[in-house]
Amino acid sequence: MTAALVKKRQSVSVAAYIALIPMALTVLLAYLGTMLWTARVSVSSSRTFPNSDFVGASQYIRLFNNERWLLSLQNVVVYGVLFIAACLIIGFLLAVFIDQKVMAEGALRTIFLYPYAMSFVATGLIWQWILNPELGIQEVLRKLGFTEAKFDWIVDQDMAIYTIVIATVWQASGLVMALMLSGLRGIDEELWKAARIDGIPRWRVYVSIVLPMLGPSVSTAFVLLFVMVVKVFDSVVAMTQGGPGTASEVPAKFIMDYLFGRANIGLASAASIVLLATVLAIVAPLYYVRSRRADKGM
Amino acid sequence: MKKAIKMAGATALALAGCGAFAQGVPAAAPAAGAPLKATVIHWWTSGGESQAVKQFADAYNKAGGQWIDQAVAGAEQARATTINRIVGGNAPTAAQFNTSRQFRDFVEQGLLNNVDDVAIAGKWDQIMPASILAAIKIDGHFYAAPVDIHMPAWFFYSKAAYKKAGIAAEPQTYDEFLAQLAKLKAAGLVPLAFGGQVWQEKITFDAIFAMVGGADLYLKVYRDRDQKAVMSPAFKQVLVDFKKLKAFVDAGSPGRNWNDATAMVVSGKAGVQIMGDWAKGEFSSAKQVAGKDFGCFPGFGPKAPYIVAGDAFVFPKTSNAATIKAQKLLATVVTSPAAQVAFSSRKGAIPIRGDVDESSLDICARQGLAIIRDKSRQLPNSEMLATPDTTGALQDVLTNYWNKNQSADDAQKAFARALKDE
Repeated sequence: MTAALVKKRQSVSVAAYIALIPMALTVLLAYLGTMLWTARVSVSSSRTFPNSDFVGASQYIRLFNNERWLLSLQNVVVYGVLFIAACLIIGFLLAVFIDQKVMAEGALRTIFLYPYAMSFVATGLIWQWILNPELGIQEVLRKLGFTEAKFDWIVDQDMAIYTIVIATVWQASGLVMALMLSGLRGIDEELWKAARIDGIPRWRVYVSIVLPMLGPSVSTAFVLLFVMVVKVFDSVVAMTQGGPGTASEVPAKFIMDYLFGRANIGLASAASIVLLATVLAIVAPLYYVRSRRADKGM
Repeated sequence: MKKAIKMAGATALALAGCGAFAQGVPAAAPAAGAPLKATVIHWWTSGGESQAVKQFADAYNKAGGQWIDQAVAGAEQARATTINRIVGGNAPTAAQFNTSRQFRDFVEQGLLNNVDDVAIAGKWDQIMPASILAAIKIDGHFYAAPVDIHMPAWFFYSKAAYKKAGIAAEPQTYDEFLAQLAKLKAAGLVPLAFGGQVWQEKITFDAIFAMVGGADLYLKVYRDRDQKAVMSPAFKQVLVDFKKLKAFVDAGSPGRNWNDATAMVVSGKAGVQIMGDWAKGEFSSAKQVAGKDFGCFPGFGPKAPYIVAGDAFVFPKTSNAATIKAQKLLATVVTSPAAQVAFSSRKGAIPIRGDVDESSLDICARQGLAIIRDKSRQLPNSEMLATPDTTGALQDVLTNYWNKNQSADDAQKAFARALKDE
């Protein structure tokens, strides 16, 4: 190797590093910096303004003595499991359906994907009306003659969280469909021909061959949905405001409430850190599995 | 401390993600003779409210100032904007807060200018209700200029609905009120227009608390945090009486906005609503007249406690002489009798002072003004007595009690715990 070549390669990598500096600074200051700052505030007695004192774990102790926080954690688990499962299943089925070379595929695709393009603050209000027992489905059914019809989940303590699942699944399953569809389109036509010659039923091909091949699409969809679960906020505020009572409370709303309405950034920061730790605890094993697979060349 | 705040500035801005970013209008020092610029952050954005705040702006401009309006929709967002701008070193000249403990932290951190000169010249000590003074006067200094008085627990009823249910008179006791609600229910109406949001549940509870429990118990609980008072049978009775209202609320109430609930009374679909006097704006925009189309009473009987709440301007710390002058002029103008009447009549509130011309106020406001002259009937809003944090914790307790099948005993214990947990 000549010296000139080495030099050229070096200059290339220096240029690359320079180009990366803005991004690296953003990550360091905006992400890591705020994280550290939040961690610092969470061990102070801060209320409206950040304080520089140190109170140990007392904010965390208060947090885990707070019924509303525990309920919000419980809710986000219930919500997350149902939301992710329903989105993946419905999204996959929609993609398979569209993949059957149906007519007006473009129009259907647009219709299915459309909810995702809309702001949930607006659509949440409409869902709130649809589910309201005095205005929506229940009232319509009763006017149609089903006087005993009952669909009042949104005002029911035990069911309110499920109404949020319904509305957000409606919004997000189109996105999953788009991801799955692109995966389906990537599957070789030869495979279908071979399956047909062997006389394997279509559903069997989808379940046993196509679905495993969609792995990357599924994991992309999962990551996107997981992020939506962690930050679920606007749909709750628009639909139930965490109610009735505190029945549909979620962590992000808890944090926002204490950050702004209740002027207690110490407690809000502690809650944020707990949320971050929870996410890391879930994501880290996934990441580990992935990196192991990558090592093995899978 | 100051350094910590500065350092935190950028981060706090990043945290305040929900559209509450500072709209940078730097308050440049005016040259001699130039108008005194005053940037004012407030959350008066609805139709009636912006009409009202325009009265202040006009009065201030006439007095030689220049009002720079910074309306931010939503009280929490507006307060977040103010906090961020103070922390970020670009404080507004004045900012709206409720007359409460919301700005207590600011005072303790030394972030506000006082307006003692204006208060002493204007004899605030003599003209303003004690509860308002208690909220704005901290360690002998006046840290805010109150601009209106709201009474959050008025009863507004539809005259048409009352007629339909055959009710002739306003109730004089809580039992009479419950009997009237039963009559409204029998007439096929929604008896109580109720918005099932935590703050509305708290307002309703406080109204019942003040009426049924009485002023003494109310103060013992909210002001003194007296655990014995909270655990007393009398307070338990308040909780039981509060929940009696649940039988008169429709199924669609959870999550309902206050103005949607008011609309039910406006249309005669519902009988009565317990809400602050800002609800009058909804009636007047529907062309309804107080005393003719709808009635109002501030509680039961001629001695009912009158809960005092309201809004105030605070003045962030600055050493800029022109800005200080602007702050003092602003405090003078907004508390002056003429501006007070012009503002209050459009806002639906009552003026902070009694020595005003009442003729442009509606009958509810005039009634309120007459009541507030009687010191014994004034009762501070619970937010004047507790931090926003404690208020929030109490809201959680009440909303659980109201919405869940929880016993009064359990709610009482939770209430006591929330008050203790400062």
